[in-house]
Amino acid sequence: MARPATLIAGAALTALTLGPVVAVILRAGGLSSLGPSHWAPGDAAALRFTLWQAFLSAGCSVLLAVPVARALVRQRFPGRGALVTVMGAPFILPVIVAVMGLIAVFGRAGLVNDALGGLGLPKVDIYGLHGVVLAHVFFNLPLAVRMFLNALQAVPGERLRLAASLGLTRGAMFRLVDLPALLRVAPGAFVVIFVICLTSFAVALTLGGGPRATTVELAIYQAMRFDFDLGRAASLGLVQLAMGLGAGLVALRVARDDGFGVGRDRAALRRDGAGWVRGPDLGWIAVAALFLLVPLGAVVARGLPGLALLGADTIRAAGHSVAVASVSTALCMAWAMALAHRRGEWLALAAITVSPLVLGTGLFLMLRPFVNPFAMALPVTALVNALMGLPFALRIITPQAEALEKDFGRLRASLGLTHWAWLRLVWVPRLRRPLGFAAGLVAALAMGDLGVIALFADPDRATLPLQVYRLMGAYQMEAAAGAALLLLGLSLGAFVLLDRGGRLAEA
Amino acid sequence: MKTFTFAAGLMLATQAVAAENVLTVYAPDYFTSEWGPGPRIEELFEAKCGCDLQFKPGDLLPRLMLEGERTEADVVIGLNTDVTKQARESGLFAPHGVDLSPLTLPIAWDDDTFLPFNYGHTAFVYDTTKMDAPASFDALLDAPDNLRLVIQDPRTSISGLALVLWVQAVYGDRAEEAWAKLAPKIVTVTKGWSEAYGLFTDGEADMVLSYTTSPAYHIIAEGDETKKAAIFPEGHYFMVELAAKVASTDQPELAQQFMDFALSHDFQSMIATGNWSIPAALDRSEWPEGFQKLDLPENVLFYTEDEAAALKDPAIEAWRSALSQ
Repeated sequence: MARPATLIAGAALTALTLGPVVAVILRAGGLSSLGPSHWAPGDAAALRFTLWQAFLSAGCSVLLAVPVARALVRQRFPGRGALVTVMGAPFILPVIVAVMGLIAVFGRAGLVNDALGGLGLPKVDIYGLHGVVLAHVFFNLPLAVRMFLNALQAVPGERLRLAASLGLTRGAMFRLVDLPALLRVAPGAFVVIFVICLTSFAVALTLGGGPRATTVELAIYQAMRFDFDLGRAASLGLVQLAMGLGAGLVALRVARDDGFGVGRDRAALRRDGAGWVRGPDLGWIAVAALFLLVPLGAVVARGLPGLALLGADTIRAAGHSVAVASVSTALCMAWAMALAHRRGEWLALAAITVSPLVLGTGLFLMLRPFVNPFAMALPVTALVNALMGLPFALRIITPQAEALEKDFGRLRASLGLTHWAWLRLVWVPRLRRPLGFAAGLVAALAMGDLGVIALFADPDRATLPLQVYRLMGAYQMEAAAGAALLLLGLSLGAFVLLDRGGRLAEA
Repeated sequence: MKTFTFAAGLMLATQAVAAENVLTVYAPDYFTSEWGPGPRIEELFEAKCGCDLQFKPGDLLPRLMLEGERTEADVVIGLNTDVTKQARESGLFAPHGVDLSPLTLPIAWDDDTFLPFNYGHTAFVYDTTKMDAPASFDALLDAPDNLRLVIQDPRTSISGLALVLWVQAVYGDRAEEAWAKLAPKIVTVTKGWSEAYGLFTDGEADMVLSYTTSPAYHIIAEGDETKKAAIFPEGHYFMVELAAKVASTDQPELAQQFMDFALSHDFQSMIATGNWSIPAALDRSEWPEGFQKLDLPENVLFYTEDEAAALKDPAIEAWRSALSQ
């Protein structure tokens, strides 16, 4: 089953992940020992905090996503499609923009506290572990909801009709139909979110309220940029990698791989959305929508006055971001098609656990002997963003791709389909929905990612997220908010375009 | 093979550019946006030198250390004193060769490698319509705990590091105690200056760790005189930005010309509003009006790079342990 394309894609992924780490280690002249005697004060606390906040964030995101996704799959109401799309937006926001949006809602001078104050109630404080988890749930709940939604929608219509004709109770329906579908994606969703949260540091620091909320990634940043201790940075990077791989290993063991059997793709409406359950369902949807959309609204409100201030630099940066996002998406999807199986996914998880700082520095060191790294700023950014998007793309595509293989593999063998014909006739058409969603997500992520560009930055090759930071650094808070809004618009636009493209069949 | 050809083509292209009269200047990110001082520096210098000044923004020293002697940088601008020790020990820099007598800094400066071009001081900036400034650092520590302050992390930001050195300089052995008193007032700690200042302008905090020069931006660019820096009699920590010549430069004459330019009247009279900092070699009477209005400290605190290097880790640890309680 190991076809050349898979082997090449896997080898490229491994080389791009481990190559930079090795380059950093070589440049440092070896790893710094991380034995207990070499720990900086607070390292142990940072490690504990990193794991704990990632665990809580992933757990809350996945648990909360269950009722929201079930409600969305059971209920039909006007604007449902648009809501599903827009609710995906937080995941693709650049960190600093999202944090400002959250603070506009939950901060001291935010809407929630204004409302509480108006009612004469005590104010709530967002800063602390709960603030970190809140922000991570804000970013990742949309991802978990969409993964569950796709899984529930992939249940063949025949099953639903059978369930209806057997007169299954809601409880039985949950046990026999929904639960297996959810369990198929839940461990993977948990791990992907856990791993993203492992490398979080600006969010954790800003909303965590101080050094109690120190993560390993912050220690890497400090070692790399302030102490120039590449050996320590690489060692910490390997610790982070080990945490991610460990989590991946556990999740892939737990994940179940039973399919639902083959369906004939006839759309079937779910009948279990009527009755008393409609009220709570709509309640869940309303709460999730408010939680996700109000901070987005704040970003829009903050940004509108700044739109008029945007100069030619910002517009050019926006052009670069769109170009980077297009290339990243094409590259990432090609990669994902070759690697949509379990081992491929595990490999991709490794890529995202490597600290972006270590990755960027390593690539810089690798490129330098051959080319001017500045000239390569945009291609490198596109490549790294494709790499960073890969675990998400695979997580979205793999479960259904594996089910497809299981369900249609015999047919494929008996017909003797060529690989190309299989892709064209079965794979792509049947996976259109996850493919569109994954492509949209990757495009938006690539648009909003600051990633490695900071190390390679060049005034003529800035991307939009970098421009937001530059404007803020020059006291241009209003223009920065405008640029952030433009970024939100572009990210969301790319996401909607691709995601809708994938869902056309559904209408 | 194709990739190799592509790479070779790129290399040739860069060499072709280097052969011409190009001065490559590494600068911090904020320098080169349309709002930073970069474009004006470029314009003024190119008019003098008949060359092409190219800024390469990003992390200064980390990048330079990665590149070593093979760096294409000729000049670095925007270094801070917290990295001069490492920068000096790297041996990557050459003496600046500039006469230091025109300097108008509040402290003595005789460094022959790192040349100051503008300065400021750490300070807590507040909104006069919302609160009264504490009269001293002590008064700030004793202020009610509902005062809301945002600071930057000393492990990730230069201003944050200057703050812990400031507290160290004022309180010495009692630094951790001072931090413990300040802790309940600290809303949060951000990765860099931008995030913290954004929180302040959004009204999330009453005071923000910034510079004595920040109010000048609001006065000059926004006509807003309500933002002020609280001035403490205990003194304020000195923050200076530096330029340096890279020893391996292939444009030594242009690089030298640029170093001389940094203290020239043209450069100095532009840098105040270009970089929102006080010019390093310009009499106060020649500062822009908004800068003349600034409240500046009498007492300026500063550690030499050796002192700072020795104090840095304990000062950060005092901060970390007091704020982790």
